[in-house]
Amino acid sequence: MGEPDIHDLAAAYALNALEPEDRWTYERHLDHCERCPDEVARLRAGAVQLGYAATGPEPRPELRDRILRAAREERMAPVTPLRRRWLFPATAVAAAAATVAAVGLGLWANSLRNDVDGRRVVAMQGGGSLVISGDEASIVACVDRAPAEKTYEAWVIENKVPRPAGLFRGGCVMVPLMRPVERGDTVAVTLEAKGGSNVPKGEILMSANV
Amino acid sequence: MSEYALALAAFPERRRVRERSNEQLLEAIGAGDEAALGALYDRFGRVAYGVAFRILRDQALAEDAVQEAFLAIWRSADAYRRERATPSTWVLTLVHRRAVDLVRREDRRRAEPLDEQPEAAGGDVPEEAAVRAGRVEVQTALRSLPSDQRQALELAYYGGYTQSELAERLGVPLGTVKSRMFAGLNRLRELVSEP
Repeated sequence: MGEPDIHDLAAAYALNALEPEDRWTYERHLDHCERCPDEVARLRAGAVQLGYAATGPEPRPELRDRILRAAREERMAPVTPLRRRWLFPATAVAAAAATVAAVGLGLWANSLRNDVDGRRVVAMQGGGSLVISGDEASIVACVDRAPAEKTYEAWVIENKVPRPAGLFRGGCVMVPLMRPVERGDTVAVTLEAKGGSNVPKGEILMSANV
Repeated sequence: MSEYALALAAFPERRRVRERSNEQLLEAIGAGDEAALGALYDRFGRVAYGVAFRILRDQALAEDAVQEAFLAIWRSADAYRRERATPSTWVLTLVHRRAVDLVRREDRRRAEPLDEQPEAAGGDVPEEAAVRAGRVEVQTALRSLPSDQRQALELAYYGGYTQSELAERLGVPLGTVKSRMFAGLNRLRELVSEP
């Protein structure tokens, strides 16, 4: 699809009727287009009317409790910003997608290794490190802040099945994964739509084998 | 000081909490206020479930879609941008997106999405009359659209068809689908003021 056509995607985008690759392209376009955000807002105000027109059964009362319980249990990966003194410019490792810049984490990783027995530190392809202790793992990385409407999402891939393991916005962060890891698993990071995804749709920016 | 006292007298705390606007609810949810998430569900849970059920036609899947959408709101309410959408539009857009993602994954949409669902029984809830009046207004507006526009909108929104699938299904060029959707959405928005 050529650039001249991209504004024509607004209506289908407002209806969530774009193929995934077009949705991705259009969302990137939205971030820098001057007129599309207004256009989408206008078209969405029309699309949402179709939602109000829908009829159907009432939700079961349990659904409310279920949602609130899940919200309580779900914790956003508690991201710890790294302390300033740990950061220093070092050789940048360019990611294939060039959006991830790893800053020197070796010193910090080494200090971790020395701090506690049984911790392993694995360099991630694309930048950053994976710190593994038993079945718990954290990603330590410096990455660009995720663009508006996007979030970084970590994945634990077991037997080729990726499972969501936490969201983060970027910066220099330590992200404890929300899923246990085992030897043979792969940990990966992608860029996803805000709110995260159940399956990875963005390309892999960083990855490491446990 | 006196202005502050006046403000307090004019807006007692309890009243303010009860009457929090949708935007204030989203702000509170962004700060991790679970009660605010419950209040948002009380406002939009029913219409959200109606959308999800219309698309998925399955109780368990519709519940999953609504839950995933509300959890997405829980995680990203602080990213809500008022210049992009009103809170109600944002919430329903998220619900709709989860539902069509699910229907595409489940490949359930082969059922004809144009059949209207039977009107729900009930009516024991106070706001039901207003909600129903609003729904009738929208349904009337929808019926007043040229049929090719209405068909494109309904297949896309309720059927979860992508624009390319629609073009194939309807046997028309992609550009025709795009312009029908565009014209239909604009017309709908003009006909109905958002609740």
